[in-house]
Amino acid sequence: MSHNDEIDCSGMSCPLPVVKSKMKIDTMNPGEVLKIITTDPGSCKDIPAWANRVGHEMIEEAEENGKYYFLVKRGE
Amino acid sequence: MAKKKMAIIAAQGSLDWAYPPFILASTAAAMDMEVKIFFTFYGLPLLKPKIKAKVTPAANPAMPMKMPFGPKAFQAIDWPIPHAVSGVIPGFDSMATSLMKKQFKNKGVATVTELREMCLALGVELIACQMTMDVFGFEENDFVEGVSFAGAAAFLDFAAEADIQLMC
Repeated sequence: MSHNDEIDCSGMSCPLPVVKSKMKIDTMNPGEVLKIITTDPGSCKDIPAWANRVGHEMIEEAEENGKYYFLVKRGE
Repeated sequence: MAKKKMAIIAAQGSLDWAYPPFILASTAAAMDMEVKIFFTFYGLPLLKPKIKAKVTPAANPAMPMKMPFGPKAFQAIDWPIPHAVSGVIPGFDSMATSLMKKQFKNKGVATVTELREMCLALGVELIACQMTMDVFGFEENDFVEGVSFAGAAAFLDFAAEADIQLMC
């Protein structure tokens, strides 16, 4: 799936991946997709919880070589 | 849907206690909650431009003393330094503070100042307790820009409607 923008939060710990993702997705339009890259294991639950809480759609979650990838579609 | 609200009281000013209010507040604001932190007693200095918070092992009996450098096995050692010793060595708190800061930096944790900036950028209201300001001799211009000022009743008026209320 393609994405419109990307934010790399590798090396960042809680709460930075969530806060940075929020700041990034706020600059995007509803319906656009943000790709989030993290290395913090806590973010596996934090990013979906954040997206769900604020009404963004979690499209994809994956892990590869110690990195976590998320595709989040911005809600209204 | 109405915005969720979170009310936090920050009454502690040591480095370890400086993190929770700012971490929780920035996260909650990122989750679109309306957040207010009421800084009172020793929490007030966390609103000064330069945060000089330290951590002291003497006040934290369960605090692990670990080294943020060297091989993994070395870093895993919990140094058994008795309080009778750490409490009387001059500069021990400064050393413990710099070790904790280094450890946090190594793990990619933001500094307290960075977290505070994020809170302000995300619209978290940082409220200085008027009464303790007077008691401890703080002036409004001792604090960073964006801080507001109120008493207990004004804060509780918000807290009464809050979904989450925490004391840090």
